[in-house]
Amino acid sequence: MKRRVFAGVSLSVMMMAMSAHAETVKIANIAELSGPGAAAGSVWSDGVDLAIDEINAQGGILGMQVDMSKYDTQTDPQVSRALVQKAIDEGAFALLGTVYSSSTVVNMLVAQQNGIPQFTASEAPSITQKGNPYIFRTNWGAQKGMPKIATYLKDQLGVSKVAVAWANTEFGKGGHDSFVENVKAAGLDVVADVPSEQGQADFSADVLKIKNSGAEAVFIYLTQEEAARFLMEAVKQGLDIPRIGDSVLTSEKVIDLAGPAANGAKSHAALTIAADDPLVQEFAAKFSKRFGYSPDYNGMKGYIGAYTIKYGTEMVGEVNSQKLADVVHGLCLDANTYPGVLIDMCWDDVGEVSRQSYMVEVKDGRETVSEVLPAN
Amino acid sequence: MAELLQILISGLSSGAIYALAAVGFTLLWQASQTINFAQGEFVMLPAFFVLAGMTLFGLPLWAAILTAFVLSIVILGAMFKKLVVEPMLPHGTMPLVIATIALGLLMKESVKEFYSAQGQPFPSLFPQHVMDFFGASVSVQDLCNLAVAFAAIIALQLFLQRTRTGRAMQATAQDPRVAEILGVDVKRMVMYTFLINGALAAIASILISPVYLAKFSNGETLGMIAFIAAIVGGFNQIRGALVGGLLIGVLDNLAAVYISAEYRTAIPLILLIVIIMVRPQGIMGTSEGRTV
Amino acid sequence: MTAFRILFLITFSVALLLAPIGQSNYIIYILCSWLIFSISAMGLNLTLGYAGQISLAQAAFMGIGAYVTALLTMAGVHWLVAVFCSISATFLIGLALGYPALRVQHHFLAFVTLAFNALVFLVLRNEEWLTGGSLGLVGIPRPVFGPFDTMKQLPFYYFTVVCFLVTAGAMAWMLRSPWGRAFKALRENPIRANSLGLNTTRMTLLAFAIGSSMAGLAGALQAPLVQFIEPGSFTLILSLKILLMVIVGGSGYFFGPILGAALVVLLPEMLRFTDGYYLIIYALLVLVVMIFSPQGLLGLGRKLLIAMKPRKERGDLKQGAQL
Repeated sequence: MKRRVFAGVSLSVMMMAMSAHAETVKIANIAELSGPGAAAGSVWSDGVDLAIDEINAQGGILGMQVDMSKYDTQTDPQVSRALVQKAIDEGAFALLGTVYSSSTVVNMLVAQQNGIPQFTASEAPSITQKGNPYIFRTNWGAQKGMPKIATYLKDQLGVSKVAVAWANTEFGKGGHDSFVENVKAAGLDVVADVPSEQGQADFSADVLKIKNSGAEAVFIYLTQEEAARFLMEAVKQGLDIPRIGDSVLTSEKVIDLAGPAANGAKSHAALTIAADDPLVQEFAAKFSKRFGYSPDYNGMKGYIGAYTIKYGTEMVGEVNSQKLADVVHGLCLDANTYPGVLIDMCWDDVGEVSRQSYMVEVKDGRETVSEVLPAN
Repeated sequence: MAELLQILISGLSSGAIYALAAVGFTLLWQASQTINFAQGEFVMLPAFFVLAGMTLFGLPLWAAILTAFVLSIVILGAMFKKLVVEPMLPHGTMPLVIATIALGLLMKESVKEFYSAQGQPFPSLFPQHVMDFFGASVSVQDLCNLAVAFAAIIALQLFLQRTRTGRAMQATAQDPRVAEILGVDVKRMVMYTFLINGALAAIASILISPVYLAKFSNGETLGMIAFIAAIVGGFNQIRGALVGGLLIGVLDNLAAVYISAEYRTAIPLILLIVIIMVRPQGIMGTSEGRTV
Repeated sequence: MTAFRILFLITFSVALLLAPIGQSNYIIYILCSWLIFSISAMGLNLTLGYAGQISLAQAAFMGIGAYVTALLTMAGVHWLVAVFCSISATFLIGLALGYPALRVQHHFLAFVTLAFNALVFLVLRNEEWLTGGSLGLVGIPRPVFGPFDTMKQLPFYYFTVVCFLVTAGAMAWMLRSPWGRAFKALRENPIRANSLGLNTTRMTLLAFAIGSSMAGLAGALQAPLVQFIEPGSFTLILSLKILLMVIVGGSGYFFGPILGAALVVLLPEMLRFTDGYYLIIYALLVLVVMIFSPQGLLGLGRKLLIAMKPRKERGDLKQGAQL
């Protein structure tokens, strides 16, 4: 029954798309273009734009031009929910976005009700744990990276006491919980657990607490500006223990903001333009040329998401939301054949992603890959 | 001990900058009953004048700062007064409150749209050399920030008390009608207050941005802190804003270390409510009359 | 009540009933959102337009209302019981917050409510065992009344319309009662009202508490509409937005907040074609309205109306109530 409704919906969507313009495919990008999430959302959105323009220049999807609409959520989950509804009302057959997990958690329900596949940038663990058959990540969730970080801390660095500095928002909360769970399972002690506010400017108390806790390494799970402020304060107070993070900590923007204070920071990154890979380098060059700044993981996610829709749809052979969702579950894309995904990647049956990852270290103001870890 | 010392020093250096924003807030309230909800954005913007001067027009740092200073006084001072405050003043506080909210949004969105949505590094005026002070780390930058902020506020206090213009400004704040009768050019005095606020915002912006980085959304947190500091210290005294700013800076760090990092921002808010209940004129305020 | 007014009310109600027909789900959702914010803004109008007090905690009260309803309905309690709890809770908290604040000095309610709003956000975010923390609560059920299920967008819209009309009716009745007239007396001239034996502090406190409980009702409607709530939806920014609705629409006018809510909810929607610039244009428009018509849009309309056809008016009533 459900299936038939979905099929009906997608059929009508298809017909609307057909009648609007005989040869276009409608895709919507719902992103944080204003409000506190604008920094992340605009990079994601630029990544999407770059991919869509390339796709159109190469002849579109199944020979039809892509008609992409952009919607600004103002970083407000309620607005994002309304806009997903609007995008679907307007005939989008697949969705891209949103970046902030608090938005994705709510707007993915609408996409689910309408049977429209959605490719999100969010990394909160809960997103793929709700049994929603229409949600797909463009990068793995925070819960998949944490075991690797715990192993790294224990085996490579040989520490037993760690501290965690995290953003007390929906972004940081999911990552923090997953980190604490994993390091405890690995037998490590969390000796300082320091949450911070969104937009917090003064990190002296945070660094002080960690410094006096006897921690042998600190895990930093903050957004870009906050991570940079933390690193600067850590240097000032002479906190000389290893500083470990995820993709954010060693991203271009943080290095740009923190300057020399970023040197020595290490991260376990999923997507980084430091990767020694011709496709990634080519992407980074195209992106910088067009937008005038270097992309980060969010830009890569947007680019990959848009290309995934193209590849999935062309495998199906028709513009069909349900079939697209079905085909991406369990799909593996090889970057040699499908260059738009940049790095080989697979989706499992709940939309979670597997991909190789990197240990990155900042040396002399540059991200450098020190180790490539296999997909898990 | 070293821990407490570190908290105090870090708190004071942040607090000094909060105080600059809070003093401007108080000044505007005194001179024209303006509750400026865009005060945080006033502190955010001058940093972008500097950055735009350097990246778009290729100015050296000192020239860019000078330009930013002039622009702040003209735009955030004079134009704000002439175009926004003046037409609305006869209609009470409410429309002006809404207008400043809209102005804050306008400034924030414009910076985001025309400059960048991402945070920007900002050149430091002072060396970042760090010294050890009885186990606490103190940077030269912290000390310089503290010194500049104090100097600005003391100079302002002296100007208001020792000069003819300053006293005329005080008279205007206390009772504009009487001041007018006594031959004070009330309109001009109010304008001076706005110009001073523009200058203070520029100083705060240039001091704070090397540490806090320049980002379009920085004003949200700063405006709130300035507001709380102004009320806690006493809405009718500039030394009240100074004390309020320093107190909030220290209290924030104390709360984060000793009480709860999750509730660190609650402590200043609770203080604010308690102050209003117990001593509505603020810590340094006097219950009667208004002085600048 | 003039014939013109009755005609207007009928047209307005019929328009409300006909508005969603043939519209997409998205438009219906936006209309629901408009009605809910209208209720909240009408509550603030009572505090601001009639009692002359600035409250900056309207979003916090909406949040309390939304969380109470969400937690109760998710535990299986019927929405009707939950909404009663939301309204009572916000009313009582309003009393407890307003009493000490109003005792002090008049503009201090604004400061206390501002701090209160920020505190409510912190509690909602930090007390994870109760509120779900920063990840919020997902999957709030929509109410079912016998055979009438509001799960679909259109029935939910009519459900919201009923709640809106009942609230608006109750408010109109309240303002016409002797008690409401006392409010107007308070607004026009507090000193005179006081000397006539009105307990102005108590009146103001009640206005604030009732205004807050209307936000509680709005929250109780918003939770099932969005089916998701999180602390970040009820920050000071939303309080300022609701204040904007009241002032831009015209505070002290019955229809002011309804018009204001329409503008704040729908205008960004209409300006969306301008791409990245719409918030800039929006902010500019608000500035222009405030500069040229500090009484809000209804105030501007009235000014134009009076300018076009000069009416005979008794001079001593010029300042009178204009509900």
